[in-house]
Amino acid sequence: MPAIIQLEDYCRTYRNGSLEVHAVRGVSLAIHAGEFVAVMGASGSGKSTMMNTIGCLDRPTSGRYLLDGVDVGALNRDELADLRNRKLGFVFQGFNLLARTSALENVELPILYCRPAVPVREQVRRALAALELVGLSDRADHYPNQLSGGQQQRVAIARALVNEPRVLLADEPTGNLDSRTSIEVMGVFQALNDRGITVVMVTHELDIASFAKRKVVMRDGLIRTDEPVSHRLHAPEALAKLEAEQKSVHLD
Amino acid sequence: MLAILKTALRAIRRNILRSFLTMLGIIVGIAAVIVGVSMGTGAKAEVDKQIASMGNNLLIVFSGNMSRGGVRGGFGMQPSLTERDYEALRREVSGVVGVSPEVRTTVHVAAGNQNSSVGVWGVSADFAEIRSWRFQSGENFTEVDVRTANKVCVIGKTTAATLFGEGADPVGQIIRIKNAPFTVVGWLAAKGANAFGQDQDDVILMPYTSAMKRLSGDTKFRAFSLATESAEVMGDVTNQIATLLRQLHQITPDKEDDFSIRSQQEMSDFANANNRIMTILIGAFAGISLVVGGIGIMNIMLVSVTERTREIGTRLAVGARARDVLRQFLTEAVLLSVVGGALGIAAGYWLAPLLTKFAGFPTLISNASVVLAFSVSAVIGIVFGFFPALKAANLDPIDALRYE
Ligand SMILES: Nc1ncnc2c1ncn2[C@@H]1O[C@H](COP(=O)(O)OP(=O)(O)OP(=O)(O)O)[C@@H](O)[C@H]1O
Ligand SMILES: [Mg+2]
Repeated sequence: MPAIIQLEDYCRTYRNGSLEVHAVRGVSLAIHAGEFVAVMGASGSGKSTMMNTIGCLDRPTSGRYLLDGVDVGALNRDELADLRNRKLGFVFQGFNLLARTSALENVELPILYCRPAVPVREQVRRALAALELVGLSDRADHYPNQLSGGQQQRVAIARALVNEPRVLLADEPTGNLDSRTSIEVMGVFQALNDRGITVVMVTHELDIASFAKRKVVMRDGLIRTDEPVSHRLHAPEALAKLEAEQKSVHLD
Repeated sequence: MLAILKTALRAIRRNILRSFLTMLGIIVGIAAVIVGVSMGTGAKAEVDKQIASMGNNLLIVFSGNMSRGGVRGGFGMQPSLTERDYEALRREVSGVVGVSPEVRTTVHVAAGNQNSSVGVWGVSADFAEIRSWRFQSGENFTEVDVRTANKVCVIGKTTAATLFGEGADPVGQIIRIKNAPFTVVGWLAAKGANAFGQDQDDVILMPYTSAMKRLSGDTKFRAFSLATESAEVMGDVTNQIATLLRQLHQITPDKEDDFSIRSQQEMSDFANANNRIMTILIGAFAGISLVVGGIGIMNIMLVSVTERTREIGTRLAVGARARDVLRQFLTEAVLLSVVGGALGIAAGYWLAPLLTKFAGFPTLISNASVVLAFSVSAVIGIVFGFFPALKAANLDPIDALRYE
């Protein structure tokens, strides 16, 4: 079976005037449908750069990137936008929800850019279904400033899911969350992965990476290790364990 | 489209005061367009009404050459039109329904213990018909009165009111002009002010023979008024008159005419020339204000694009194309300017009647000017909103997402 994400000797060089920054210096990576990959590595090692390319927000300087068999390097801006709209879902560290816009409308956002256009009724139905999936259907009318950080990130995940993408991409999705809500978000990711969605996420935290199935470590723009996660964590158990620990702190 | 409009409305409402201040330039400019055009239209309507009140298919032959001294300068200078000219016009020009000579003098008039200084017009019996004077009561003097220089006259509304009291019918009364008794035979219906603001109702009309012999001593006329059968023959009649008068006055082709012929249309154009200058000035003011308003919109849209860079990044990330972002911000700019335009139109509707009430300017708001103002405001939104929208659309998604 061909990989859904295939990087072949992928390089990305930023050019600031005469200064050249080699952010990624030749990465070959294949991710198959149904995988859950955590990308780790020190700051500045090129994780976000690679995620941006995988997310079709950016194109390789050299090498090839094939998404679902399509060479992304040959596509123009509009074609990239269509790929992002149909095949990819993004979750950001800062949530990036639109302020003063209800959770439901935030989730509807990607549907607005579907071609052909989706009827309004269908839009609402799909947005509600996505909110249901992340367990927030009762908060559809809430504004971002009325939601907790974890809830906001779940709205962002619902938004990423609403067009039923093949791949979910998350750059430090738990970076702004406490450990409990981080585990909740990992629970959502694992549930989605169980339903067949490929997940690629960047994280700095080892225990968060343990919720994935495969761990890729980068250094200086290269992949250093690429191995399966040995002791994989499962969100419900991790949550129970955390609660027990917190309880003991309280009792002492 | 609905979603675009919703987002645009939300963005405008979010900063309602800022949005309003931004619109202010457009509001002022559009209001100026509405009021300015309404003043122009109102003034033109007024002039047209006044010119129409002078009579239908009217030609006036003035003595003197007007192309030299301007229209007013030539008015009645060196009277050159004679009784012989008048007789010849009556006899020889075809396509004419009435001819009247005209002499004018200002006299002291007394009736009972009232007296007044009034302009007397010596004219023929055709004159009332040519100039569309209607009679409130009584009737016009006759051809016989003209031939025998009878001491009869018809008087205007204002003069009648001065001499006999408001609303009193003066027909049959005697008025004394230079100690000669004149019988009032007709009372003219009101006409109001003429194109130059003079009261046309403060007037006494009498046979030109009576005026010349008994009052002024003139032997020549300052003008002839003619009414033609139809508008189509006016050109032909004008040529006939010119040929005839040149012949009578022995004007060879190398000499200038000592008379001028004007049609109603030319007089109306002249009176409207002043209005046009006023309209141009107000138009220039409106134009400047609209440009300033447009720049205000551009400025605020640039601020808005910067403020919402992350939002733009998010939209791009979830699949918005450049043209979607362009359309979004263009819609916002157009909405700003169109709402400003609508408020400006409302302000214009409010201001125009005030101007009429307190400054006495005639105003008339035409549907065309409202449509024009609305379209102009939409165009301003598109023109001045385009650059900020383009800037938004060309943002790099990664830079935009990362923007602090
Ligand atoms: N737009 C840019 N212009 C120039 N250099 C850049 C740009 N973006 C990233 N870089 C450089 O590329 C390198 C890799 O950056 P990248 O953001 O991919 O790192 P990262 O692994 O995501 O780090 P972090 O864990 O801190 O997020 C860094 O040295 C960075 O300075
Ligand atoms: Mg990063």
